[in-house]
Amino acid sequence: MKFKIALASATILAASMFSAASAAELTVGFSQIGSESGWRAAETTLTKQQAEQRGIDLKFADAQQKQENQIKALRSFIAQGVDAILVAPVVATGWDEVLQEAKDAEIPVILLDRTVDAPDNLYLTAVTSDLVHEGNVAGKWLVDTVAGKPCNVVELQGTTGSSPAIDRKKGFEEALAGHDNLKIVRSQTGDFTRTKGKEVMESFLKAEDGGKNICALYAHNDDMAVGAIQAIKEAGLKPGTDILVVSIDAVPDIFQAMAAGEANATVELTPNMAGPAFDALDAFRKDGKAPPKWIQTESKLYTQADDPAKVYEEKKGLGY
Amino acid sequence: MNTTLKTYAVRLFPQVAALVVILLMVSIAFPGFFRLEMQNGRLYGSLIDILNRGAPVALLAIGMTVVIATKGIDLSVGAVMAICGAVAAACITAGYGLAMTLLITIGTGLLCGLWNGLLVAVLDIQPIIATLVLMVAGRGIAQLITEGAILTFNDSGLIFIGSGSFLGLPMPVVIWLVFGLAVALIVRRTALGMLIEALGVNRRASMLSGVSTGVLLIAAYVLSGLCAALAGIIAAADIRGADANNAGLWLELDAILAVVVGGTSLLGGRFSIAASLLGALIIQSINTGILLSGFPPEFNLIIKAAIIVLILVIQSPRAQSAFVFLSRPQAAASKTGEETK
Repeated sequence: MKFKIALASATILAASMFSAASAAELTVGFSQIGSESGWRAAETTLTKQQAEQRGIDLKFADAQQKQENQIKALRSFIAQGVDAILVAPVVATGWDEVLQEAKDAEIPVILLDRTVDAPDNLYLTAVTSDLVHEGNVAGKWLVDTVAGKPCNVVELQGTTGSSPAIDRKKGFEEALAGHDNLKIVRSQTGDFTRTKGKEVMESFLKAEDGGKNICALYAHNDDMAVGAIQAIKEAGLKPGTDILVVSIDAVPDIFQAMAAGEANATVELTPNMAGPAFDALDAFRKDGKAPPKWIQTESKLYTQADDPAKVYEEKKGLGY
Repeated sequence: MNTTLKTYAVRLFPQVAALVVILLMVSIAFPGFFRLEMQNGRLYGSLIDILNRGAPVALLAIGMTVVIATKGIDLSVGAVMAICGAVAAACITAGYGLAMTLLITIGTGLLCGLWNGLLVAVLDIQPIIATLVLMVAGRGIAQLITEGAILTFNDSGLIFIGSGSFLGLPMPVVIWLVFGLAVALIVRRTALGMLIEALGVNRRASMLSGVSTGVLLIAAYVLSGLCAALAGIIAAADIRGADANNAGLWLELDAILAVVVGGTSLLGGRFSIAASLLGALIIQSINTGILLSGFPPEFNLIIKAAIIVLILVIQSPRAQSAFVFLSRPQAAASKTGEETK
């Protein structure tokens, strides 16, 4: 009898020790979109770094731009019983069901850098920059720079239907509202890639009198701007002077273009989304206090006056 | 000679007609469409853009035509493009010379093709499954090479392949024209083309009549790998960087579409490389036309799909027999009308 009690208490002790150990070591699943841009690769690198610094076991899944892959990854994280899930959703819609499954399994989900069209009780919080605000900052810079002169703007949109494409377009248009000298004459999707950015810019240049009608280019990300800059150069025009170039993300290559005078301004989207996300998760697990539904990161404007060559050297090592 | 020309004209008529109609439609939507001018020693205009932007799909379509003629299919070409682009960028940034880089890259493409060919010809795995392996794995291999980032380079020689020009034409255009012509001549001026068609129609029968079907099959996939390597080099050189995730993404489907629009049957047998190249140009004309027309981007895919469906419906045997059926009574009626006069 005595032996049995001892054994039982030993088992309980062992079990409680085991659970204490597993609480210290957090397992977090991270469903990344892919690495369609340098920024995305940097986000992946920084997320892995942040997890390592905090002793978090990060399970990484690359969705290769497909929502069905992300949903599959989320389901497998739920099945593995992870402590939390980070997800960078590839599109805004179609998440309700899988988020409900995570909620039923009591696994908090944190959205990184993009939001979804789902009831906000289905996820813990969303760490994003304000995409509308980014477009706004870019638009304000252009309004201030052209200073009342008439200016035809062409726009390279992101992937059709993605929230950065919708919101960066909206913010930019809001900043331009009331300034009749600025007009968006052409707007097409460049799918956030260099190849498409270049191809679409080539057609813009043809369609607008060899580019003579265009005074500024607004690209929803730097990669499309880099592609478009090549197209402008090949058309015999000077990017940065003949056509102003403003884009969003602040990846290293755009600083190189800025240092060469070929791009004018970029709005930073910080790749360190995981830091604030892990902070919020820690606080939530410690005192059970739910963070606000939205944690906003800073959107900093860089221009040619901000010593782009130096920023390039700083950013180069970040894993972009 | 005259009869061969006539056969070609009859064979290529639907594709040429479709291309002309699409070009005319685009020129209505965008009046400056046919304008060409010289700029920096090269031709510049929307038509040149179509030829230039269509280069990857045109190159892929050359290899795809031959593979499809053997009753196969190669789904891996998009991924092989990504691998070859990554290999080219990795070699050039590692300090190999241009010639060495091109040699290694083309070698990689041939190796990928050889892998597919061995799976299909030796292990007798169905082509759609055999090439699916590399389609899925290939992008991962490319990502391993670039380490997930866009690998940029500044070598002027490699960049020249993407954006340089020769005799006023952009290099990619020169490459696919010369390569297409060379392949077409090789298969049509020798018995090779006929052997491929025989293999596609009935592999067993052609093997029994002494055709080395195994070697021929492998060669078809190796050619497809070579085409993908060239397309991959062009795609990387164009943006001065290897984008493992997006280079060649979905282009295998565009290449298959080009072959089908070109009128080659997916069931193997008779094929025409010229018609497939026209198919590639038709697809690119639609893409460029949509960009020039200024429609909102939400319409891009719908417009493209609608036009493609229309072309395929017009080309379908049912539609053609219906056309013959509908036009006959009218012809008869007009004849009787003449008689009563």
